[in-house]
Amino acid sequence: MKARTIARHVREGLKSLVRNGWMTFASISAVTVTLLLTGVFLILLLNMNAIASQIEDDVEVRVYIDRSADEQQMDELKQQIEQLPEVDAVSFVSKEEGLENLIESLGDEGKAFESLRDENPLQDMYVIKTDIPQDTVTVAKHVETFDYVDEVRYGKGTVERLFKVVEVSRNIGLVLIIGLIFTALFLIANTIKLTILSRSKEIEIMKLVGATNAFIRWPFFIEGLLLGLIGSIIPIVVLIAGYNFLYSEFNAKLTTMFIQLLPVYPFVIQLALILMFIGVFIGVWGSLTSIRKFLRV
Amino acid sequence: MILMEDVWKTYPNGVMAVNGIDFKLDKGDFVYVVGPSGAGKSTFIKMIYREEKPTKGKIVVSDIDLTSLKERDVPKLRRKIGVVFQDFKLLPKLTVYENVAFALEVIEESPDNIKRKVMDVLELVKLKNKARMYPEELSGGEQQRVSIARSIVNNPELVVADEPTGNLDPDTAWGIMEIFEEINNRGTTIIMATHNKEIVDATKRRVVAIEGGRIVRDEQQGEYGYES
Repeated sequence: MKARTIARHVREGLKSLVRNGWMTFASISAVTVTLLLTGVFLILLLNMNAIASQIEDDVEVRVYIDRSADEQQMDELKQQIEQLPEVDAVSFVSKEEGLENLIESLGDEGKAFESLRDENPLQDMYVIKTDIPQDTVTVAKHVETFDYVDEVRYGKGTVERLFKVVEVSRNIGLVLIIGLIFTALFLIANTIKLTILSRSKEIEIMKLVGATNAFIRWPFFIEGLLLGLIGSIIPIVVLIAGYNFLYSEFNAKLTTMFIQLLPVYPFVIQLALILMFIGVFIGVWGSLTSIRKFLRV
Repeated sequence: MILMEDVWKTYPNGVMAVNGIDFKLDKGDFVYVVGPSGAGKSTFIKMIYREEKPTKGKIVVSDIDLTSLKERDVPKLRRKIGVVFQDFKLLPKLTVYENVAFALEVIEESPDNIKRKVMDVLELVKLKNKARMYPEELSGGEQQRVSIARSIVNNPELVVADEPTGNLDPDTAWGIMEIFEEINNRGTTIIMATHNKEIVDATKRRVVAIEGGRIVRDEQQGEYGYES
């Protein structure tokens, strides 16, 4: 297609946007609302997912060793654990290291425990990493039966609950977003229908003098595309700014809890592209619906 | 230029508009199509530029076989035919110049050619000095001249006119006929459906009369043959 023809189609598409005033406004608003909610939802969902995986990665089995065990017995226990097929790595954390970590992680409040250094109430322990997080239960159950094991702990319940929350919110969000997408589609299809009807005389003449069907369709297609694209501008700007703010406000705090939000870049760029894509998709689909239905060329 | 063989047209609602027409029109000819309202004239005319498809029979226009013409190739046919209507079908928001240029823009003619062709054709219909005016500022006759200019601006081989003088007073109608004569003299084939007895009788051209969806009369130098 020649540049001049493309320019003409874009010009005609823009003219229709202006001419349809309120319908254009309604369509763009619908796309905007849809994409804003989609964006918020994506930010929450993807971050929850990331956090869940981080916690999942941290899932480890802590084996508290009986205080009565001597060094040789502890080595035996270690070998037994290492022979389990699901086990990836076993590391030893002495009670002194354990206390050190505890004091450090609690910051100022940890200083209260300094006095315990002489009379350490903690136990030595083995920390087991499994190949896949789902195996923690199996490993824990096994290790419980070994000698010199005082107690076995693992954090599976928390992770499972978190994944459950992610799953439920994903389902609720999807239903909501699909509903909104169809509303936006419907409004765009109607806007394009108005344009087609208001231009019926022009279309009739174009057909009579031998304009190709593609030539007749393009402006309506572009109008839909523009509705979707313009509708995605506000959500993209708001969500990028919002996520930047969220990240700078909360990430530092979350880091102390050993979890991290997704880094601002490239996340917001990916988010912007996804939203723009959805906007364009809604616009194009909406206009194609009307073109097929009302433009028998 | 036009060849029809045993052409039939029945509309989906059961109306039998054309019932077995054979018709031939040579290049450069000028023919009137006459007959009472509802006789099938309009359907006959519409089948030439493939606004309607025949239910049966063969139609060839300007070497294009319409019976096997694919939907996407219809524009090729339309670019060889100029169509003029009783109600002009001008776009009110465009000037005279823009209305005529529109026909070339939408078939992606180059801007240089558009300007030259539009000015030439406005000269032919004697509206060069009104190029910047809008249709509503023109008389009925002038509007029809714009519509004719639009139909011939792409140098079609054939002009199809459906009652082009139907909305005009007799004097104005004669003015329009002069333009069609001029176009015909330049070699363009013309087929015109009309109710204008005075013009048909005075110009002594070929007349085809349609009644009940059939050609009942086809005379060289014919007459209108009905009470006006």
